[in-house]
Amino acid sequence: MTTIQLTARDFKGKIDPDWCPGCGDFGVLNSLQRAAAELGLRPHEIVTVSGIGCSSNLPGYINTYGAHTLHGRSLAFATGVKMANHELTVIATGGDGDGYGIGGNHFTHTARRNVDLTYVVMNNQIYGLTTGQVSPTSRVGQKTKSTPFGSVEYPINPITSAIMNGATYVARGYSGDVRHLTELIKGGIEHQGFALIDIFSPCVTFNLDNTHNFFKERIKKLEDEGHDATDWSAACEKAMVWGDEIYIGKFYHLESEKESLTELEPVLRDGPVAKRTGGLTEEQADRIMQRML
Amino acid sequence: MSDGNYDFALAIGGEAGQGIATPGDTLARIVVRRGLNLSTYNAYQSIIRGGHIFLTVRVSDREVRSHGDKLDMLLALNQDTMNRHLRLLGSGAAAVYNSDTISPGDYADGVQLCPLPVNDLTGSQRSGLNQNTVALGAMMHLLGLDFGLLEASITQQFARKGEDVVNENVRVALAGYTHAQENFTPFPMPMPEGGEPLGVWSGNEALAMGGAAAGVKFYAAYPMSPSTGVLHWMAQNARNLGIMVRQVEDEIGVANMVVGAAHTGARAMCATSGGGFALMTEAIGAAAMMEIPCVFINVQRAGPSTGVPTKTEQGDLWQALGASQGDFERFVVSPKDALDAYNTVPELFNLADKLQCPGIILSDLLISEGRYSINPRDIDFHPNIDRGELITEGTSNGDAYMRYKDTASGVSPRAVPGTEGHVHTVATDEHDEDSMLLSDEFTNPHRRRASVEKRARKFEAAASLIAPPEIEGPANAEVTLVGWGSTAGVIQEAIEQLADRGITANQLPIKWLVPLHADEITAALTSANKFIIVENNYSGQFARYMRSETGLSAYGHIRKYDGEPFAPHHIADGVADLLGREGGVFVPYQEVIV
Repeated sequence: MTTIQLTARDFKGKIDPDWCPGCGDFGVLNSLQRAAAELGLRPHEIVTVSGIGCSSNLPGYINTYGAHTLHGRSLAFATGVKMANHELTVIATGGDGDGYGIGGNHFTHTARRNVDLTYVVMNNQIYGLTTGQVSPTSRVGQKTKSTPFGSVEYPINPITSAIMNGATYVARGYSGDVRHLTELIKGGIEHQGFALIDIFSPCVTFNLDNTHNFFKERIKKLEDEGHDATDWSAACEKAMVWGDEIYIGKFYHLESEKESLTELEPVLRDGPVAKRTGGLTEEQADRIMQRML
Repeated sequence: MSDGNYDFALAIGGEAGQGIATPGDTLARIVVRRGLNLSTYNAYQSIIRGGHIFLTVRVSDREVRSHGDKLDMLLALNQDTMNRHLRLLGSGAAAVYNSDTISPGDYADGVQLCPLPVNDLTGSQRSGLNQNTVALGAMMHLLGLDFGLLEASITQQFARKGEDVVNENVRVALAGYTHAQENFTPFPMPMPEGGEPLGVWSGNEALAMGGAAAGVKFYAAYPMSPSTGVLHWMAQNARNLGIMVRQVEDEIGVANMVVGAAHTGARAMCATSGGGFALMTEAIGAAAMMEIPCVFINVQRAGPSTGVPTKTEQGDLWQALGASQGDFERFVVSPKDALDAYNTVPELFNLADKLQCPGIILSDLLISEGRYSINPRDIDFHPNIDRGELITEGTSNGDAYMRYKDTASGVSPRAVPGTEGHVHTVATDEHDEDSMLLSDEFTNPHRRRASVEKRARKFEAAASLIAPPEIEGPANAEVTLVGWGSTAGVIQEAIEQLADRGITANQLPIKWLVPLHADEITAALTSANKFIIVENNYSGQFARYMRSETGLSAYGHIRKYDGEPFAPHHIADGVADLLGREGGVFVPYQEVIV
């Protein structure tokens, strides 16, 4: 069989996104489609799993197997997919509220387990689909519909959280730089282990603080700074920077020092469990029976 | 002992950490090797050391379907046990205890006290350590069993610890046996030989094994009493059987992981108790909406909230009926005993696969943590596995594939991720045939109606796929007892007791709760004289559910909600009482305080 090189266009879904004009998520979708094409993947080999929120509508817009699951549960569902068939490329997508808020427990533990999947978080620092409430990544003082006098809570730092929890590929992108973001996503997909790509994906409707201009004025690329992604301390230090300068790029990458769950789980050595049909063999049944007697 | 049959119950009581399980297991092993039937119920507390544990072991040469009413022999490992339970023994029973540390109180005429001066008998001051083994020896004599059986059992149990340990334990046990020979009168009927050797399993092991036989390849759980035994069996056997087993951060993660694995084509299952089940419920609705077959087990314990973690109840029926928001169909089934639990798992998986929907098993602590004899040769290790309309073969030309195709049966062929030519998205949002969301931009009342009706249509024939309940026992009985799930066995025994009292009774045991065979139940109960509903909860959850589905109201109700299961006489007493007073609700008194 000849393999035809697919293009980003081949990963276009059946319908067009319903996001607001100017939404950062368009750039993320575009980057994902390019990453899949450039890695030579085919639509049926990929499963894109999302939660709920504006950005979680993404699986409908990309031509891969998709699952638009419950709010906050994309990583749990995606882990189930990967553990059932680890030959699939599994990508989880969603927003900051979905992933760092309601799904925070799964974020912690999926990173800890080092599940071999790529988590693409469109972080707009606001709840968009519910029309503009404070999110776990909103800054102190941010005025939203649920914090009309300004938030008095500190935001989560997704990058340091992921590193502390055990993620082995941690990057931050910006949806306005599709070429750069595509490379980060490709790196995440190629990485064996849990990869977080946190992405500044501005909400042009409800977050008038963290706009495209806000990021364009501040972001600097780690690769231009000579950052060493294998340096844990440097990664954490760079991730804490938030002010006139904000870094994007690959913060942390443990290439092979830490095995992924796929590699550590002996049950997967004989191939995907989803492809094992049937119940007990005669030998297995006999063993169970002997043990009972 | 009754009717010339061997029917003997012994109980071992002490505090957690005193090693009650060891003499219990040793005796159980001896019993099943003789081919006798066994039912054990362990009343325990949520404590690792201390408290009070009371293990009841019932042995019979007939089938035993409950832990029974009476005690023939008590082994008290501490004073507390003696204080609580000696008064429950009747004439002919025996109480065995370490007289170094325990003294008896008041007891009924005809009870044989069997004090064991453990330190004197063993020639050591390690009374606490030796008392279980000395008592085992003494009990062998009382039960009319050869010491050699115990010797063999001890030898096997301690073989790995070396000859010295074996010899010391045999010596200590023999001291108890010899002392009993010289001082105590054995029970008049020695423990007989039964048929071929049997095995022992718990209901939780049966559920796990049922999953393995059904082809479960993904099992996830968060530890929660009394369901954790399923996880333990799965974890122990995962590598041998090629089953992916995961302990997850919470039950929300468990359930969603199970749905994800099931979507990918693995048969997937999880077990929990009511609190964890509450966390799982949104995912159950997700499985229904995305039409992904998977099985959720709720091993009920006394609630609400944290409740009484180590006690039994049938209090989660309405939780299962209403698990998850929205209006959708699911199977709900309550197995009657451990073997039925085993057989239910593959049957439910076949149904869930056929109709692409979630299935819920309502077990309870009584079934799941009870240990029962089982003839392994009676277990069907190779049940039929029917995956339904599952597409696993790819095609390069599958552009026309629609995951939720609106078929006559409502069932749409299901392709799993990885299958070429069938790329699609499943969604928890409402969606049309082609997976397009009907929730946001494209809401459409007519398409929404069609999607609801498509999913509901799958269930039109569901009741015909499963066996309806049938009356068990004599026809034209004075009273019909209706129970669901784990009460079937104890009701059967109550019926036998009622016959002795001159009351003819039969029962209609309900296993399948959704779909409920309303027509068959109505037919059976409208032709019955009177019917009484028996259930392990306060509010009559099944009575209310059955009335909503059939319009039938019971003559009376027997309800127990103290955390302990029914004993046969609780039900027999209730029936006699209710028949004498124009119905109502009877709440039995729990005599054994544990």
